[in-house]
Order: sequence, then C-alpha cells, then structure tokens
Amino acid sequence: MAGSASEYIQHHLQNLTYGKLPAGYERADGTVLQDATWTLAHTGKEASDMGFWALHIDSLGWAVALGALFLFIFRLAAKRATSDQPGGLQNFVEVMVEFVDQSVKETFHGKNKVIAPLSLTIFCWVFLMNLMDLVPVDFLPQLFHLMGLEYMKVVPTTDVNVTLGMSLSVFALIIYYSLKVKGVGGFVGELTLHPFSSDNLFLKILLVPINFLLEGVSLIAKPISLALRLFGNLYAGELIFILIALLPFWAQWALSVPWAIFHILVITLQAFIFMMLTIVYLSMAHEDSH
Amino acid sequence: MNINLTMIGQAIAFFIFVVFCMKYVWPPIMAALQERQKKIADGLAASDRAARDLELAQEKSAQELREAKQQAAGLIEQANKRAAQIVEASKDDARKEGQKLIEQAKAEIEQERNQARDALRAEIATIAVAGAEKILETSVDASKHNEMLEKLAAEL
Repeated sequence: MAGSASEYIQHHLQNLTYGKLPAGYERADGTVLQDATWTLAHTGKEASDMGFWALHIDSLGWAVALGALFLFIFRLAAKRATSDQPGGLQNFVEVMVEFVDQSVKETFHGKNKVIAPLSLTIFCWVFLMNLMDLVPVDFLPQLFHLMGLEYMKVVPTTDVNVTLGMSLSVFALIIYYSLKVKGVGGFVGELTLHPFSSDNLFLKILLVPINFLLEGVSLIAKPISLALRLFGNLYAGELIFILIALLPFWAQWALSVPWAIFHILVITLQAFIFMMLTIVYLSMAHEDSH
Repeated sequence: MNINLTMIGQAIAFFIFVVFCMKYVWPPIMAALQERQKKIADGLAASDRAARDLELAQEKSAQELREAKQQAAGLIEQANKRAAQIVEASKDDARKEGQKLIEQAKAEIEQERNQARDALRAEIATIAVAGAEKILETSVDASKHNEMLEKLAAEL
C-alpha cells in the first residue's frame, strides 16, 4: 500500500461500489461518459457521485455469503437433528437455539412464530459479519487487490447501509405487528394520545401534536439507534485496527492482539444487543400497554 | 458513507434468510429438542415406576418368605406330632404284642405242666406199685389194688 496514512485509511474505508454514473460525467482517469453507465467506481469520489443508485458489492457479497454460511451450518444440523444423542454440530446449534429461545421467552410473552427464528438469524448473522473484523485488515483486501479489485471492505457491519437495511426491516416488522395487534386506530391512538392525555376533549385534541411529536421521535429513533449503534461500534473497531496497521509491522501485535481480544467481546455483545433490542421492540409492538 | 441500494439489498437478503430460518432451520431443531425433553421425562417417569415396582416386589417376596416360613413351621410341628403319635402307637402295639406273647407262653407252660402232670399221673401208679413191691417184697396185684392206686393218682 503506497501513499500516505490518510490515503491508506480512506482506501480501507471505501466500499467496492457498483453503480450508475450520469451522462457527461468525467471519470477519475479523465474520460467523459457519453451515456449514463453502470460501472464499478474507481475512486471514492466516483462512488459518492453515484448517489443512491449504487450497490456496495463487497458489503452485500460478504453479508450474503456469511448469512448463507450460517444457514448452511444450521440447516445441516436441522436436517440431522435427532432426539437421541446429539453430535458435536447439533450440540452447538442446539445451544444457540436454546439460548435465543430463552432470550425470546424471557422478554416476549405472546405467541409469534417469527420472532424466535428472526432473533436467531439476527444474532448469528450479525455475529458472523462482526467476526470478519478479526481478520487482519490488510489480508483480504490485498488478496482481492491481486485479483484486480481495487476496494474491498470485508466487514459488512461497518457499512451503515447493511445495518440500516436490517434495522429498517425490523422497523417494518414493528409497524406491521403494531397495526396487526392494535389495529390502525389503536396504533394511531398510541402515537397521539400518550404520554399526555386529558379527559377534556379540547385539551386532548390540543395535546395530539405534542404527543405525536414525542412518540414519533421515539418510534423513528428505534431503527436509527439500532443501526447506528452496531455500525458505530464496528466502524470504530475497524478504524482502530486500520490505525494499528499503520504501525511498523514488528510493533503491531502489541496493540492489535489486545484490541482483537477485547473486540471479541464487542462483537458478541453487539450481536446480542441487536437481537435483544429487536425482541424488545417487537414485544412492545405486541403490547397494549398504554 | 453513502446511503444507497445496498440497504435495500441487505433488507431483501435479511428477509430471505429469516424466512429460510423460520421454515427450514427452526422447526426441526425445536422439534428435536422437544422430543428429547419428552423422552427424558418419560425415561424419568419409567425409572420412577420401576423403582416403585421393585419396592412392591421386594415387599411381596418378603411376605411370601414369611408365609413359607410359617407353613414350614406348621409342617414340622405336624410331622413332630405325627411322629409322636406313631411312636406312641408302636409302643402300644409292642406292649400288646408282649402281653400276648407272655400270655401265650403262660398258656403253653400251663399246657406243658398239665401234660407233664398227666404223664406223671400215668406213671405214678407204676412207680407206686414198684415202690410198694419193693417195700412189701411181693408183687402187688395191680388189678386188686387198682382202686386204691387210682385214688392216689387223683390225689396228686
């Protein structure tokens, strides 16, 4: 990796982006596009100029690969699942399933077939995506560089799109179950008639905007905080690994090893928090508590 | 940090993974877990039952042993009684037999004595005549003194 430290860092934080560049766009190498083109971004500027119509191939690719790995392993165990003496793989999978099931049962008391497998998927998937953070920062990007790919960010959860994609899905489920359990009227009432309520009808109507503002903010804050918490933790962790990688190679281990060990905790904890908060939000969506 | 289509791609992947997990991963594992739980519960119940059965069997065997002992004791007592009876009866028999023998012997003795006496009686006349002849140095006419001799024999 030639170049200054800031170039190195920026390079490491740039996703491999495939997107649409508008017609007449001057690319990094000086060529001007005749038509709007779908292409790989060659620089960070190109990537950001692509705007919304761009895919982070690395994030998405790693995320899908890791999710598929998780499902492959668990499906393998599920196929061979026996009520007799379980093997090693089944033991491990059962521990995970029971752990998630226990967490769901402690928090969520209704009947819902989706929440438990959803939580299992979130926990295992997020954990695996976080785990990529422990792969030495230059290892995979260098490998892909040799294969001709300029950028490669291997930790999907350091991409805010990935965490937002998941938390917005959870948000959609929150809205769906709120409407399903409480009905449209109940949900609207929950958003507008609390926390301030009055017996006086006029005062009640007067309080509606205030309530809606408060409840709306707290509702919107759920997916945003869910996504940004995971993203922030992993992004910061990744950044520190990159900074450590700037040290001379013989000194790196003194910092990277302790940080990696500490990071094992962060990885697991963040996966757990994402799962737990999903369960909590969904159980709140099921409750007519107000 | 650009917000772009990746977010939607991730959401779609998320949706597919969750559905797959819900359909093909969660149910078989949960089913296996619940089945094992049931098996263990059944096994525990069975072992409880077996323990109870064992206790019952032990009790039963102890009782049967006791009964058998009682029966044996009864049998022994009966046998003893019977033995005593037999001994008693055989003693009786022996006594009776002895008595009979004694009586028989006595009767035989009596008979023999009578026979001897008769023989003696038959001979006494001759001996007396001989004795008298010796004394008288003459022959005694047996026919003459027959009457007297018979009287003498009768006196014996």
